[in-house]
Amino acid sequence: MSTAFMMREADDRDPMVPRLFKVRRKWREARDIFTIELSPDEGTHPFSAGQFNMLYLFGTGEVPISISGDPARPEVLLHTIRTLGAVTRALQRLKTDDLVGVRGPFGNPWPVDEAEGGDVVLVAGGLGLAPLRPVLYTLLARRRSYGRIALLYGARKPEDLLFKRELERWRGRFDLDVEITVDIATGDWLGNVGVVTKLIPGVPFDPLSSVAMVCGPEVMMRFTVKELLRHGLAEERIFLSMERNMKCGLGLCGHCQFGPLFVCRDGPVFQYSRIKELFRVREI
Amino acid sequence: MKAEERLVIRPAHIQQLIDSLIRRGYRVKGPVVRNEAVVYDDLSSLEDLPIGWTDEQGGGRYRLRRRDDEALFGYSLGPRTWKVFLHPPERRLWKAERNGRGFRIIEEEERPPLFAFIGVRPCELHAISILDRVLAGGEFVDPSYRARREGLFVVVANCGEAGGTCFCSSMDTGPAAASGFDIALTEVVTAEDHYLLAEAGTGKGAEVLGETGGVRPGEAEITAARKTVEEAAARMGRSMTGSDLKDLLYRSYEHPRWDDVARRCLTCGNCTMVCPTCFCTTVEDRTEITGGTAERWQRADSCFSAEFSYIHGGSIRSSPKARYRHWIMHKLAAWVDQFGRSGCVGCGRCITWCPVGIDITEEVGAIRKNGVRGSDREGEG
Amino acid sequence: MRTLEDILLRHPFLKGLDQKYLKLIVGCASNVRFRAGEFIFREGEEANHFYIIRHGKVALEAFSPERGAITIQTIGEGEILGWSWLFPPYHWPFDARAVELTRAIALDGKCLRNKCEQDHDLGYELMKRFAYIMDQRLQATRLQLLDVYGVHDERG
Repeated sequence: MSTAFMMREADDRDPMVPRLFKVRRKWREARDIFTIELSPDEGTHPFSAGQFNMLYLFGTGEVPISISGDPARPEVLLHTIRTLGAVTRALQRLKTDDLVGVRGPFGNPWPVDEAEGGDVVLVAGGLGLAPLRPVLYTLLARRRSYGRIALLYGARKPEDLLFKRELERWRGRFDLDVEITVDIATGDWLGNVGVVTKLIPGVPFDPLSSVAMVCGPEVMMRFTVKELLRHGLAEERIFLSMERNMKCGLGLCGHCQFGPLFVCRDGPVFQYSRIKELFRVREI
Repeated sequence: MKAEERLVIRPAHIQQLIDSLIRRGYRVKGPVVRNEAVVYDDLSSLEDLPIGWTDEQGGGRYRLRRRDDEALFGYSLGPRTWKVFLHPPERRLWKAERNGRGFRIIEEEERPPLFAFIGVRPCELHAISILDRVLAGGEFVDPSYRARREGLFVVVANCGEAGGTCFCSSMDTGPAAASGFDIALTEVVTAEDHYLLAEAGTGKGAEVLGETGGVRPGEAEITAARKTVEEAAARMGRSMTGSDLKDLLYRSYEHPRWDDVARRCLTCGNCTMVCPTCFCTTVEDRTEITGGTAERWQRADSCFSAEFSYIHGGSIRSSPKARYRHWIMHKLAAWVDQFGRSGCVGCGRCITWCPVGIDITEEVGAIRKNGVRGSDREGEG
Repeated sequence: MRTLEDILLRHPFLKGLDQKYLKLIVGCASNVRFRAGEFIFREGEEANHFYIIRHGKVALEAFSPERGAITIQTIGEGEILGWSWLFPPYHWPFDARAVELTRAIALDGKCLRNKCEQDHDLGYELMKRFAYIMDQRLQATRLQLLDVYGVHDERG
């Protein structure tokens, strides 16, 4: 039977087989969040800001985790992980030199190149800062290619804030607006209290030249988009990172469908104008 | 198709066909009767075929019944689809073995058999070409599927009977196959005669067909075969048409009919198991009790389970309504965007094997009847 | 040196307000300044003013004996603080504390209430502006209530 019409050429590697990486370091970011640094014994693992890997732990399982490190340093892989289930709890217990299986990187990146020449607004909610950090590294490394850069970051409580030392460093820069807010705080917190959308009116950006990249829980992204639109940003200039149940990372297992899109293959970063209809539908 | 590539063969010649394929190293699969149903399994002799059997099908109903003739392919479709061989419901992806503090991965050295399928219905042939696009046509390829698919030899059995739940003619996938096969058979059974008009679709097919001892067909035999298929098309009781189906469904996420079908749907997932194009899988980790080896398996999965869409915090599609809607939306609308054509071939299995007889053609028909939220209150007391 | 009128005119809260109303309001306004940590008002006190924040940051707090002061929201430059002067019994429901040096314009609530009663057009203008802010704050509070960053399930 003729099969020439569609079938793709064989490729050497089975995309379901992980590559083994060693744990180099691991540190705590917040109460239930840690960062793990992995590297292969040889070679590098190039990735783009916004991509994710599937991390496999011997006998326990596999989880999709976005990459939180610097794309300019492909010799190390950073993943910032919340301990939620069996696999993430086991990842947290790993020690230096233990092995982790890695498949990836998968997915479409943030539009870092496309944003050149204009202002960039990053809006992160909770753990959503992790997949945006690679963007910030890239923007700062190519600082002169961009206009104003703002990072607006919302978390639940002051103690839940990620990357605290880096946040302090970034806040000290004159070429970067960093605004942080928490939903609830007690007396010793001198920062903002309120939702992250409240920070948007406070940063100056040119809606006609800006690109916004938003990552956080879906509800937070919906409210953020509404506020960005109210400030004159076009739908095409807003990018979101979506989350669905990703099992294969290849668009073959069907799990991560979001309407007609496979989040693993067509996303996780989407232009808002492309998904706005789906964004409104419940349980899609 | 050139005339000389068509032959008339007698039922007994099917044995030569099977033998000739086995001689060439094929693992021959075809229809057999098991547990009161026609299913696809190993085939070694003509007698294995469901000779003289047919089936009665309706929403939630399937029965085998004797025919008053000795037709080889006189049934329509059973619950098993060819995907069980090409995209097995369970498959080990790899093994891992502990060594000290680390582990190593042992890849599968899978050498799948060279398959020959006899009795592939035209709708099923379309289903295979759909799986080709899904599993082997994109950026990433399922290597196991490709290995199983590459050498496949296909003998189509065009339909002389319309099954009780079939609607292939409205989907343009049957009841006769135009291309994509090695050999296509059209069985003709009359009071006086019983033969199969065989057509080779490839050189390989012509070679195998040449070994069966068939003879050149006469004009009358060709006409009778054509009429058999035409009659099957005319007897089809259901249809699902419309090039606008995709857009219609995309407009209908909030249609009241989803609530209606959700009251009937048991979310058992039968429809996804019998569907010839449903391809979703999950992965499972199995560990040996001592913890020395671990295995990773791929298993067929169904979008009707709540687990399917689980992310931390809960299931995206927690209601039965959302799950049924997802299945139809994917099959009939999203599929077109993802893979360039509908995921439905009109085989009707999802209707037959639904325990409560939900009929995809009827659901689509109801959605087509311009529904407005709150207006669909018929049958509620 | 900018006049009170200039400052009020430029503040987002009063942007576009008719000149004659602005003059009425200036009559009820005064410049104020709070040091970091200083309370602007306390829960239960009579609400006689509202504040148009020019610079700085103010925390709205509720005190809980076992948790201490809990910040519900912070209010900064370009925003306004307090609407309890508008509704009986005219008492503050929370504490307001300057988190950093805060400059504001205080508006005398009683004075304004009287002017609004005398001129309902002015009253309507101010009500519209307050209602908008209340709507914004209510939406933000609802979003906070959703606790979107919290973990709501232990599986996975």
